[in-house]
Amino acid sequence: MALDSKQDTNKRDFKIVGTRPPRPDGIDKVTGRARYGADMSAPGMLVGLVLRSPHAHARIKSIDTSRAEALTGVHAVVTRADFGDVEDGATADTLDNCMAGAKALYDGHAVAAVAATSDAVAKQALKLIEVEYEPLPHVTDVDEAMAPGAPVLHEGRTNETVPQGMSANVISRCQFGHGDIEAGLAKADRVLERTYRTEATHQGYIEPHACLASMGSDGQADLWCCTQGHYMVRNTCAAILGLEQGKLRVTASEIGGGFGGKTTVFLEPVALMLSKKAGRPVKMVMTRSEVLRATGPTASSSIDVRIGMTKDGRITAGFAELRYQGGAYPGSPVDMGAMSAFAPYDLENVRTIGWDVVTNRPRQAAYRAPGAPIAAFAVESAIDELAKGFGLDPLEVRLKNAAREGTRASYGPTYRAIGLEATLRTAKDHPHWTAPLGPNQGRGVACGFWFNFGGDTCVSLNITPDGTVTLTEGNPDIGGSRASMSMMAAEELGIPYDKVRTVIADTGSLGQNEVTDGSRVTFAVGLATIEAARAAKREMCRRAAKVWGIDEDAVVWEDGAAKPSGPNAGEFPPMKLEEIAAIASNTGGPIAGHFEVNAEGAGVSFATHMVDTEVDPETGAVKVLRYTVFQDAGKAVHPDYVEGQFQGGAAQGIGWALNEEYVYGEDGTLQNPGFLDYRIPVASDLPMIDTVILEIPNPGHPYGVRGVGETSIVPPLAAVANSVSDASGVRLADLPLSPPKVLAAIRSR
Amino acid sequence: MSKIHVTTTINGDPAEFLCEAGDSLLDVLRDRLSLTGSKEGCGTGDCGACSVTVDGRLVCSCLVLGAEVEGRSVETIEGMAEGETLHPLQRKFIEHAALQCGICTPGILVAARSLLERNPDPTEEEVRYWLAGNLCRCTGYDKIIRAVLAAAAEMREAS
Repeated sequence: MALDSKQDTNKRDFKIVGTRPPRPDGIDKVTGRARYGADMSAPGMLVGLVLRSPHAHARIKSIDTSRAEALTGVHAVVTRADFGDVEDGATADTLDNCMAGAKALYDGHAVAAVAATSDAVAKQALKLIEVEYEPLPHVTDVDEAMAPGAPVLHEGRTNETVPQGMSANVISRCQFGHGDIEAGLAKADRVLERTYRTEATHQGYIEPHACLASMGSDGQADLWCCTQGHYMVRNTCAAILGLEQGKLRVTASEIGGGFGGKTTVFLEPVALMLSKKAGRPVKMVMTRSEVLRATGPTASSSIDVRIGMTKDGRITAGFAELRYQGGAYPGSPVDMGAMSAFAPYDLENVRTIGWDVVTNRPRQAAYRAPGAPIAAFAVESAIDELAKGFGLDPLEVRLKNAAREGTRASYGPTYRAIGLEATLRTAKDHPHWTAPLGPNQGRGVACGFWFNFGGDTCVSLNITPDGTVTLTEGNPDIGGSRASMSMMAAEELGIPYDKVRTVIADTGSLGQNEVTDGSRVTFAVGLATIEAARAAKREMCRRAAKVWGIDEDAVVWEDGAAKPSGPNAGEFPPMKLEEIAAIASNTGGPIAGHFEVNAEGAGVSFATHMVDTEVDPETGAVKVLRYTVFQDAGKAVHPDYVEGQFQGGAAQGIGWALNEEYVYGEDGTLQNPGFLDYRIPVASDLPMIDTVILEIPNPGHPYGVRGVGETSIVPPLAAVANSVSDASGVRLADLPLSPPKVLAAIRSR
Repeated sequence: MSKIHVTTTINGDPAEFLCEAGDSLLDVLRDRLSLTGSKEGCGTGDCGACSVTVDGRLVCSCLVLGAEVEGRSVETIEGMAEGETLHPLQRKFIEHAALQCGICTPGILVAARSLLERNPDPTEEEVRYWLAGNLCRCTGYDKIIRAVLAAAAEMREAS
């Protein structure tokens, strides 16, 4: 069978890809039937609850669980003493984050857990656990944590990249770039130096973490949980509990938002251990307060930027030093911040330095393009200030410096086909750019970049006897991916969309699948789906050739049917998919296609955002009036859900820019662990968010797809800040731009 | 302490349950009646994922006690469609891709129906302020607002 395996995006007329069919899980999700993490139950199940540290930093001198264990209705109590040692450093940190060892490292850190017959009994049992703490000095601010003499969380974790004499809270240093910064700055007409700060924000998924674990004494276990990656959950829990991976079957529930925050485990190993000890299934569900206190917010930061620009808008050098605290364990996303800070620009001289710092805060988890929005806030604010200072059009300045195909990226590689310039030109031509503004109103723009990822992916496509298709994949559907996969399978097979049903399999049904992260699913699972469909087509052509008694190379697949070609063209009528399926048993057995890959070639993605705001000079309140996202999607498989990603990222970025922040008290405890005080944008805060999808095909995907999920949160922090500056005449370098801060800046103007 | 016996109506059907005095209506719906369509996002009335109506009044079921619905009529997301026929709001949410993860969707649909019962022709701003108590973290609300306005228009035409 002849197949064009090269990319055929440009010459191809898609029949299904690019349309907007209803998502297959739609009815379940509008009727309340869809089952999320907390919606599952099991016969005989117990309620699991966690006891959490009230201290920001404390040595755990002793834990006495005897009174809790003696309480009627309590079936298991777990502390760190129940878990063995874990060798791998990151997994050991994950265990320590799930259940504290020698020290409680932040307010909300788990120290014990119980399983009991009811919520009320479990709550009573938590009160009976006696923990003797020795409170220690704490630090929650990144700059304070780096200072010599700061309270130290861990001794001996600093790696060889950190110069001697720094606080032991400084874990590592990274550096990227090329050229000669000082020589570049010397050529500038102006060098701007600024320090920017951002506060930690939470992913803010509406669904709290939840799981239901059942583990037998023979080491076999089943786990249901809301996660972005159940294979990750399996592997991590197996490592922590000393299980064989094949013995632990994890099923992903529907997931009520993740945004990166559900790419690790919190409750799952604890629930398994409780279940093992109790000999019964255990269900655990976090409260919102637990979610905010003890699951991953993103990093907070302080960043120094130096950028040189000529008076005609050419950037001569860019330098940034980024300090990110990632909570109580190593692993802040400062490396990705440092790599992405100047990624949109074609620079001769560029250097970034990143410092990973630990503090007494919850361990950070990935948050949509981790690290990048923070870095873009700093760099895009500085570029905007320079452009304004020279009286230059900020879009023109960005166009003048924009990275293009062949540009050496600030973090090393050379770009293939990219869409930054297209987003900028489209923005410049858009009516939004020239729309009139009223008093106290301003307009801001900013660019953003994200790498996008691929990774391990496994897909199985089965042809049923009646000719419908089941596609089995291993990545939770976090925003419409079942629809996208069904569309790509149907496109490739040449059959209607509703003939394909996509199923998210448990860990027992497929090989390893990387987490739903890095904007990878439509790219990598899509690629695997297309290849699995091609494998099924090859098999179906072979079956038709067998029936026809001709050479299989003389059969092609067109419009959902095998057709004889070459010398045999027209000799037999096309054999449709359902006809081949119906006789499969007689031609060799069931027909399936599968594909396994560590997907490479995820195309990088760029966006430009444009936002109008109005600043109330009497209160400092900022109202977002108009917002337009311009982003390269490579190829938008289901444009509704691509627009949805653009809009959702913009809204989260607006929240980060204006409202959201982790507020710590003098005692190091979180002051706003609820949605009333940790305020995410509500419907009345936002305007419609307009979107423009650009399609510059990704050469690494058969249909040209690029990931779209993360890039959209990268520009808004700076775009909003630039807009507020344009509206108010004052420039703020600390996020969030909360009314008191904006008002103070206006008054000191 | 003995449990409280409650007789009520849920989605038009008679229902009885035993609950603790402190059980919220949301706990009762989810844990005692297996109606898990109403979601708990916060437990403090800030997110709206547990929205239901009690005698036609829109409430956060996490802030109502189970014992309070004695003799009342409770409507949840599970009662929104009539058999196979989706409510126009449900249909428009699918057509407009007004959900991504879907966890806030039941609460938003219940809240939006409550709005349209009071105001069949709301402006965009009225929809935004009515739904300001229903948090969605995925969509930026754009497609939700469009879906509600489209459903309102269709329902006006049909009536």
